[in-house]
Amino acid sequence: MRFLEFDTLTEILSTMKENKLRTFLTGFAVAWGIFMLIILLGSGNGLKNGVTSNFNDRASNTMMLWGGRTTMPYKGLKAYRSIKLTNELLPYLKNHFTEIDKISGQVDRSSTVSFGTENGSYQIYGVQPDYQIISNMTFATGNGRFLNDKDLELDRKVIVLSRKVAKSLFKEVNPVGKWVKMDGLTFQVIGVDMKISNDNEAKCYIPMKTAQKLYTLGNEVNNISFSVRGLVTKEENDDFGQKVREALGRELIINPDDLNTIGLWNQASDYVQTMGIFSTLDLFVMFIGICTLIAGIVGVGNIMVITVKERTREFGIRKALGATPGSILNSILLESIVITSLFGYLGMMFGIGLLELINFAINSNQKAAADGERSISIFMNPTVDLNIIFVATIILILAGLIAGYIPARKAVRIKPIEAMRAE
Amino acid sequence: MIKFENINKTYPGIQPLHVLKGINMNINEGEFVSIMGASGSGKSTMLNILGILDDYDTGNYFLNGTLIKNLSEKRAAEYRNKMIGFIFQSFNLINFKNALENVALPLYYQGLSRKKRQIKSMEYLDMMGLKDWWHHFPNELSGGQKQRIAIARALISNPKVILADEPTGALDSVTTEEVMQILSEVNKSGITMIIVTHEKSVADKTNRIIHLRDGIIESDLLNSHEIPGI
Repeated sequence: MRFLEFDTLTEILSTMKENKLRTFLTGFAVAWGIFMLIILLGSGNGLKNGVTSNFNDRASNTMMLWGGRTTMPYKGLKAYRSIKLTNELLPYLKNHFTEIDKISGQVDRSSTVSFGTENGSYQIYGVQPDYQIISNMTFATGNGRFLNDKDLELDRKVIVLSRKVAKSLFKEVNPVGKWVKMDGLTFQVIGVDMKISNDNEAKCYIPMKTAQKLYTLGNEVNNISFSVRGLVTKEENDDFGQKVREALGRELIINPDDLNTIGLWNQASDYVQTMGIFSTLDLFVMFIGICTLIAGIVGVGNIMVITVKERTREFGIRKALGATPGSILNSILLESIVITSLFGYLGMMFGIGLLELINFAINSNQKAAADGERSISIFMNPTVDLNIIFVATIILILAGLIAGYIPARKAVRIKPIEAMRAE
Repeated sequence: MIKFENINKTYPGIQPLHVLKGINMNINEGEFVSIMGASGSGKSTMLNILGILDDYDTGNYFLNGTLIKNLSEKRAAEYRNKMIGFIFQSFNLINFKNALENVALPLYYQGLSRKKRQIKSMEYLDMMGLKDWWHHFPNELSGGQKQRIAIARALISNPKVILADEPTGALDSVTTEEVMQILSEVNKSGITMIIVTHEKSVADKTNRIIHLRDGIIESDLLNSHEIPGI
């Protein structure tokens, strides 16, 4: 069968040209369906990306613990006792809970860091290597690395800067390998965290042990951060947070009714909850998307039925002149494919174009605001999974095929003599 | 060339219509035959069976020695394309194709290349005196011109038989004369020509007149052109 020959295509193009309005209407139904689908999915994703980006300072599955003051006496210990977290709790937690993946103690101070004539007051975090993953840090090539076990073991005076700090101290110079001064000591810069959402956060990271010595804290840590694994629902995350508190409560001899002494920021739970909202939104978007597709399919189907009816006489003539039923069926179906794919592609181009335009506008907006306060956007990077669009277009093409096939088969079965009589 | 052996055809329905009641007929190669009859006599049905546009119930139909019976649609299309040229009362040109493309259509279904189709179609248009009109669409042409294009289209695949269904039915007397002249010349080139008509003047131009009446052949006479005054 000459299915995709140039001649066949020319034949189809000439019939398409003959019926400009019909071709346009069919095409429009398809293009509009795909266009709306892209806008819809893109907006949903944009919203999701925007909100998710606000979680990005830390990995989404993290929790943080800190000590407070007891309010109840317990086992002979007085109330209003100050609870301090210590190094020893880290291996204890890690060994106790298989759910804990990465864990790091954290010492918080604020200090002045200087390089040459430039200086500034920044947050100084004494942390452990796992903190890199907990805090979602990224190091591009040329930007060095995060702290490692050797740094802690050897008590090295090394420092990792956030992008913001690197920029204000070093301007255009690459800070890696340079020496900065802090609290009367010199630290060598080993890395710059390039995390984008960290742009406005002036943070420096040094080995935890170094920080504990520097600030004479002994084995005390201000916070313990850890990431969890294998916890899916909000309930699981909340339960786990509570279990950790109970374990710490036993270890630190705190009244079980007074567990609020141990501060807990359960970002994993917040994250799961937000994602839950989004999966509902996803479902909704998908539902509307499918409805849009169905509208497109009905449009294509309708027009194919009319097309075939209109051309019955022509088919009769063609058959009298020697067209086989197959060749006529072929031309109808191929016409349907050509129209749906062509206009599906157009709709896709327009949809993606519009999303890119929106993205461009948001990005330039954010750049303008970058030097000022940190801008919190709830709409970001409205991209669409091209695979979904591809599948949607294929579905439309198939629908057009089926919608064309049913009436076409009927038309092809009509005897040429009857078909020619039809007006 | 054409042989009907006891052909019967009944149209089913609440009141079945027995339109052809055992037709026996023999038409030799190169004959110029007209089939006449009142409406309802079965002449159109006969033409449709001749053109493999319709099937028959019992009997045998041989076209150029081949039994035409229970053919697949594909085979029927092939025979129509290679052996038969059609000329219709309402021309049956495709409106959105120009004269050249209309003439070329049978060749498209033969799988000829575009270039060859165009050259050959131009040749046939020229033969019909319509070379300068090749790019015109049917609605820009007169009835006579349209029928000449239809004739060119019928001839282009070198058919054995030309079947014409009231070819002059939509034409005035002058163009009728013209078209009949062309058909007669086509016949002289050796192609068997069968015309279905109810016009006596048209039938008289042919060499043999078959009269149908109520589904049977009433008379089958050779026509002598020597009769003056007609």
